Amino acid sequence: MNGTAVSLAGAELSALPSGALWWPAERLLVVADLHLGRSERLARRGGALLPPYDSADTLARLDAEIAAARPAAVVALGDSFDDAEAGAALPEAARLSLARMMAGRHWVWIAGNHDPGPIEIGGTHRAEWRCGPLVFRHIARPGVEGEVSGHFHPKARVGGLARPCFVLDRARIILPAFGTYTGGLAADAPALAALVSPAACALLVGQPPIRLPLAAAGLRRGVRASPGRRGPAGGLG
Amino acid sequence: MTALPRPFAQWFAARGWTLHPHQAAMLDRAQEPALLLVAPTGGGKTLAGFLPTLVELGAQPRPGLHTLYVSPLKALAADIRRNLGTPVAELGLPVRVEDRTGDTPAGQRRRQRADPPQILLTTPESLALMLSYEDAGRTFAGLRRVVVDEIHALAESKRGDQLMLGLARLQRLVPGLRRVGLSATVEDPPALARFLARHPDPCAILHADPGPDPDIAMLEAGPPPWAGGGGRHAIPAILEQIRRHRTTLIFHNTRAQAELFFRDLWLANDDGLPIAIHHGSLAREQRQRVEAAMAAGQLRAVVCTGTLDLGIDWGDVDLVIQVGAPKNVKRLVQRIGRANHRYNAPSKALLVPANRFEVVECAVALEAVRARALDGAPRGPGPRDVLCQHILATAAAGPFDADALHAEVTSAGPYAGLSRPDFDACLDFVATGGYALRAYDRWQRLVRRPDGLWQLRDPRAASGIRMNLGTIVGTETLPVRLRGRGAPLGEVEEDFAATLTPGDSFLIGGEVVRYEGLRELTVEVSRAPGRMPKIAVFGGSKFATSTLLTQRMLDLFAQGAWPGLPQHTADWLALQARVSRLPEPDRLLVESFPHDGREHLCLYGFAGRNGQQTLGLLLTKRLEEAGLNPLGFVASDYATLIWGLDPVTDIAPLLDREGLRAGLEGWLAGNAVMKRTFRAVAIVAGLIDRAAPGLRKTGRQATFSSDILYDTLRRHDPGHLMLAITREEALRGLVDFGRIEEMLDRIGARIDLLRLDRVTPLAAPLMLEPGRVPIHGQGRERLAAEAAARLMAEAGLG
Repeated sequence: MNGTAVSLAGAELSALPSGALWWPAERLLVVADLHLGRSERLARRGGALLPPYDSADTLARLDAEIAAARPAAVVALGDSFDDAEAGAALPEAARLSLARMMAGRHWVWIAGNHDPGPIEIGGTHRAEWRCGPLVFRHIARPGVEGEVSGHFHPKARVGGLARPCFVLDRARIILPAFGTYTGGLAADAPALAALVSPAACALLVGQPPIRLPLAAAGLRRGVRASPGRRGPAGGLG
Repeated sequence: MTALPRPFAQWFAARGWTLHPHQAAMLDRAQEPALLLVAPTGGGKTLAGFLPTLVELGAQPRPGLHTLYVSPLKALAADIRRNLGTPVAELGLPVRVEDRTGDTPAGQRRRQRADPPQILLTTPESLALMLSYEDAGRTFAGLRRVVVDEIHALAESKRGDQLMLGLARLQRLVPGLRRVGLSATVEDPPALARFLARHPDPCAILHADPGPDPDIAMLEAGPPPWAGGGGRHAIPAILEQIRRHRTTLIFHNTRAQAELFFRDLWLANDDGLPIAIHHGSLAREQRQRVEAAMAAGQLRAVVCTGTLDLGIDWGDVDLVIQVGAPKNVKRLVQRIGRANHRYNAPSKALLVPANRFEVVECAVALEAVRARALDGAPRGPGPRDVLCQHILATAAAGPFDADALHAEVTSAGPYAGLSRPDFDACLDFVATGGYALRAYDRWQRLVRRPDGLWQLRDPRAASGIRMNLGTIVGTETLPVRLRGRGAPLGEVEEDFAATLTPGDSFLIGGEVVRYEGLRELTVEVSRAPGRMPKIAVFGGSKFATSTLLTQRMLDLFAQGAWPGLPQHTADWLALQARVSRLPEPDRLLVESFPHDGREHLCLYGFAGRNGQQTLGLLLTKRLEEAGLNPLGFVASDYATLIWGLDPVTDIAPLLDREGLRAGLEGWLAGNAVMKRTFRAVAIVAGLIDRAAPGLRKTGRQATFSSDILYDTLRRHDPGHLMLAITREEALRGLVDFGRIEEMLDRIGARIDLLRLDRVTPLAAPLMLEPGRVPIHGQGRERLAAEAAARLMAEAGLG
């Protein structure tokens, strides 16, 4: 896999250009914040009628990652579904595509704030999950070691490029959101900066991977809401 | 001729006034279903528009709305209310005159809907809002006349399309409605008449006496710099003019230039003349203070932008100075008209070219004004995003029949040619999103009832629709405040704010401020007098020089000798003719030369700034494909300069029309210009909500960029209506491919590629132009990676 080598609590990992994380020793693929069914939830709640292609788009990209890595296990770090109803209302084609990806491998759904309860879709549902030296959960906690999480949708800007990014320090990795309709939180926003060490880095997704100090990675523009907060939907920047 | 009723005649006589012929003609023909009056600034248009109303109401007093007046500016509505107050009071007319704009308190708006005044003054947006309520029929019952002021300005934007859809709706509510349009001088009055009238009704056109020729000239201020804008070289000469006149308006083309100029003017203002600045980025309170001071005659000069183009008489202006190229003759004429707002007195104006190319442009603009030649491109058909919004607003007012709505919409001039399939596509978009994928029953905003009428699925959606009405989509801006104090200084565009690092200084409201940081969507600054500001790049509207002016410039070059031009500029052109060639009307001059270790290519297309910019984007793409390693380009209204690693030896194949078109389809589609256009279209059409500042601030929304929607649609639904509209709009506006095609038509196969050993006189100014665009290819990625590596190394993290 063509990624950037990252070492965490003794585990040798690879941050992929797609925003997924790959652990070769365990053949484990990790993705965060898929937000499947996002446009459906907005339409259902009387908001905007956004193009209904987000779930298909997200799953197609996930499918490509799985086809390339052929993982033994997949961990989705929470907020995999925009809400429980969106999970239930997932169109048949998306459901089938997901079932195909899940077939023959271990699949862990971590609970997120958007999807706290189990979804009728197979796989294992966990509040958090441990594997070797690493712990996988939705929202990062202060003062832990070897933690892999999502939730914040971090984004960074350098040289005129603004992209989703991994946030890395010695103790943890925070993944960018993998879902198509997901906004971004400036990687140097206080909520994030408070969690990580001052020496933390942002690693921008895409090719070539770009790594820079977190303190220099700010979007310096409207600090977006924490994506975990639930609110009236539909406003787009 | 209709005699003026006795009380009116006496009132006029008492003031020593007589009616102008066009004012009398307006009274004579007051019963026409549609009338367009074309009159110069100061021609008494407003009185001409209202006189028939006052006479009718004087003869037959009655309650209820009689005349609706629509203007592009809230301030104009308020001004007219004050001006009408005098005759209404002195003639003792039983007439209430009220304005209703976005600033009108909610209580008064409710009362106006229930008990409207005889004369209501409003804006296109407020009219659209009133029409979106269930009780619109009652509000407008009995309406006789609608007067559209400054219709030439409204017709230049989507606000005009929205207004005409509104008039079509009004006309269905009150079939006998008569329409009046008041316009400044325009190049094609019949087209404006068709825009105004109910299709296919005729519309009579009345022309007022155009008045005396204006007294205009170029200001003698020594040779301007080679490139750039701003006209700061002319400050001593301009100060002298300010001293010699009562009140001078100094127009600039962009806010940034106005700011830079104002600062330097102030530094040179040794006499302490009262001079102010006025533009759209300043806080409203600050603008209002300037307007009040001007009305009170306390100011000797105001440095301003397009915000003072229209409407109101703020004091006794006796000189207009245009700094920088006029770009457009029509707008120049209107600006000139701001001086001496009195009929039959010549307006006085001075042009200040800010660089050498602009000297030529100013010279031909003067000729054009004297020849009364006006520019302007034909108006395209009514945009469909505005129609989508109109359909939504119609649904907010109540259930509707699609056939009847189609008939109503096609009675509006801009939509007269709208086909039924096009209308149905808009209705489908509003109802279901219009996506190719149809599996989702929740994608329903409108539902069709058993009786065939369409209505909102959820009636509560109406208030959200009303909040999104309007066709003005601004760039997102952030307020600027002094740290620790509440006083707002103005606002800057978000993109500009994103480029600031703490410690940077920039200009706003004529003072230099230091950027301290961003706090809750507010740019916090401190005062930093005496520092050199970082260039103020916010809020620039980039008008392209009109075809009429670029054509006249090419014709002027062809004369071969230029006794009419200042010596410095004539010498410059003569030198160019000697070492290279001058651009010609029916040929394309392309120069290739090495400079500073890079190969340069300069194309003198004279296709306007946007067209030349697009040409730069398309050509560098083709050069990259050809392996010629372009590194960047810069465009002006007249030429595009490209630099790179390898010389270009064969240009014609790069300029073939099909190739350029293909490049446009493929590559520009992913361009930021298209994404920006998409955002505006999606907001107007109701696909996404306007970012409500209040909501953003509470941080309750996880927002994501409209760019993602654009990319998703392109990937999964390339035929979607929003993409079609975006494309149409970008081609007309920012991309301006029409100007490139016009150039290709003009030059045919006559392309001259000249190989020269050094930079030429005409190309040299382009080297100094700001706004250089790096190529968005592998190079940019590499630069970003290098920048990141440097940062890592500096931070000891490498």
